[in-house]
Amino acid sequence: MLYREAGDYKTSYVADSQTFPIKFDRYGYYFILGFAFLVMPLIINDYWANAIVVPFLIYTIAALGLNILIGYCGQLSLGTGGFMAVGAYASYKLMTGFPDFNIIFVIITAGLITAAVGVLFGLPSLRIKGFYLAVATLAAQFFLIWLFTRTGWFYNYSPTGMISAPTRTVLGYPVTGPRASAVSMYLICLCFLVACAWLARNLTRGTMGRQWMAIRDMDIAAEIIGVNPLMAKLSAFAVSSFFVGIAGALLFTVYLGAAEAGEAFGIDKSFLVLFMVIIGGLGSIFGAFAGAFFLIVGPVLLKLLLVDSLGWPTDLAAHLEIMIVGALILVFLILEPHGIAALWRTIKQKLRLWPFPY
Amino acid sequence: MNEQGEAMRDTDANEGYVTADGRKIGGVAMEMKNITLRFGGVVAIKDISFDIRWGEVRAIIGPNGAGKSSMLNVISGFYNPQEGEIIYKGYRRPRMRPYQVARTGIARTFQNIALFEGMSVLDNIMTGRLHHMKANMFQQAIWWGKASREEQENREAVEKIIDFLEIQHIRKTPVARLPYGLKKRVELARALAAEPSILLLDEPMAGMNVEEKEDMCRFILDVNDEFNTTTVLIEHDMGVVMDLSDRVVVMDYGKKIGDGTPDEVRNNEEVIKAYLGVAHD
Repeated sequence: MLYREAGDYKTSYVADSQTFPIKFDRYGYYFILGFAFLVMPLIINDYWANAIVVPFLIYTIAALGLNILIGYCGQLSLGTGGFMAVGAYASYKLMTGFPDFNIIFVIITAGLITAAVGVLFGLPSLRIKGFYLAVATLAAQFFLIWLFTRTGWFYNYSPTGMISAPTRTVLGYPVTGPRASAVSMYLICLCFLVACAWLARNLTRGTMGRQWMAIRDMDIAAEIIGVNPLMAKLSAFAVSSFFVGIAGALLFTVYLGAAEAGEAFGIDKSFLVLFMVIIGGLGSIFGAFAGAFFLIVGPVLLKLLLVDSLGWPTDLAAHLEIMIVGALILVFLILEPHGIAALWRTIKQKLRLWPFPY
Repeated sequence: MNEQGEAMRDTDANEGYVTADGRKIGGVAMEMKNITLRFGGVVAIKDISFDIRWGEVRAIIGPNGAGKSSMLNVISGFYNPQEGEIIYKGYRRPRMRPYQVARTGIARTFQNIALFEGMSVLDNIMTGRLHHMKANMFQQAIWWGKASREEQENREAVEKIIDFLEIQHIRKTPVARLPYGLKKRVELARALAAEPSILLLDEPMAGMNVEEKEDMCRFILDVNDEFNTTTVLIEHDMGVVMDLSDRVVVMDYGKKIGDGTPDEVRNNEEVIKAYLGVAHD
């Protein structure tokens, strides 16, 4: 009854093309934003921040980035882990090289550097498509990790081969390093996520997004209509890598604090983010949120249920958790191949008519 | 110019003529000079020359495999001919990529629909207006000033075309859900959205029923009337071709076997032979 367009007339094209055309959605969105910025900082504690919220926020940024590349532009990439490593190592070099440089600019610059690297590894996409491109980006993944573990300059020749983030502050509050509080870690990740989601939404609703989708749906027709395939594909790689680089930089500086390329940014990270994008829904901003939620929060909730509520031994629960999450992925993909976002759309469609479906 | 305008057709290349129903046809928009297109050993187009005049409906007909679609692909820059040249708007056109050709004001539809299936009708048509949108990536990313202003202006232009082609009710529908006839119409809308100088239609009526064909004919004539768009048309339905077009090029086995008004072509010996299937020697 509440959830519908009837009576909510649009009188301009601006109003017609806004992000949340239904009033109920719009207020829901304001509510969530308000809750995230005003209420969450008061109730968040170390456990929740470290186990659930911060990784969720960071992986959502990565999923947003990969979704632009795969979901919007149709270019399959398995190099996400490698690009996250570029963001992490770029931020490390910037932090240690320029100690006075504000951490926010460090992270943004790390994103820009990753964007440049992404464009470089996106060049093969002009010639190859689909699975073959996936293999080419897989090469990027292995090459980048190899580069970061073998070249001393990247980890400042530290004997362990690890990189660790020194303490940096924003407005006087430490956000990286061991002294960072849960609230400040949470808030900086949240700010980056909201900014990235807003940028992603803007880019995908306009000409840029339409060019990407045109390339995805039918590249030959797109070219004949006037889409420059070179520009469209490389810009998708650049924007996608920018987001992924920011996620990598945040993951290292804010969340992990110390990292080693092969371990923190291995091929499993590439697949994790890829699964988020596929389960969440290709070509949907909401899908990135849903996919990251499913794969980050899902296992933690399962563990809470099995270990803390049912009292099962931890090792058994850990194995079961992997199996259950795997099974859930399968069930999801069979029931709704287009991901949680499509499921969400169907629910909204039904809600619009409820309770009088005729 | 007199009433028997057709008689004046061959006078001067830049003067044009007046059709029997009183439309003024301008000078030469595009001239194909001795175009030859080969795929390895196969010669798809053999030394073909013809011209397209501003404002006319020009048809290319011929039996299957005659090279009609290849000809259209040459015009839209998808194939580059090995020999010959294209004079467009008075200048010799250099080798171009298809997206560059599109920017010179040539839009087309495809024989088997090439819409972007994952996008809504509105987005598909908006994609046609790419060249009218100049905001760069950063302006788009923050959606301020130029980007959002352009989006509105172009949306208005697109809505006009949506009204014109009577597809208001499906604006927000994903293209994948539309029936065939409507898809063809959306494809025409996407091509029109570019406001092309020359519109290329590759079998716009293939696989349609009589009613849909009539609609499509009406739209093609209306487009030609209203926007004065020069149209090049490939079509197998002879009734449609003879009714719609001002001049017709007939191709067979990659060669031009006839060129002229529908009446002239209809009485052309070689054309009759090609269509009745007389053995080639």
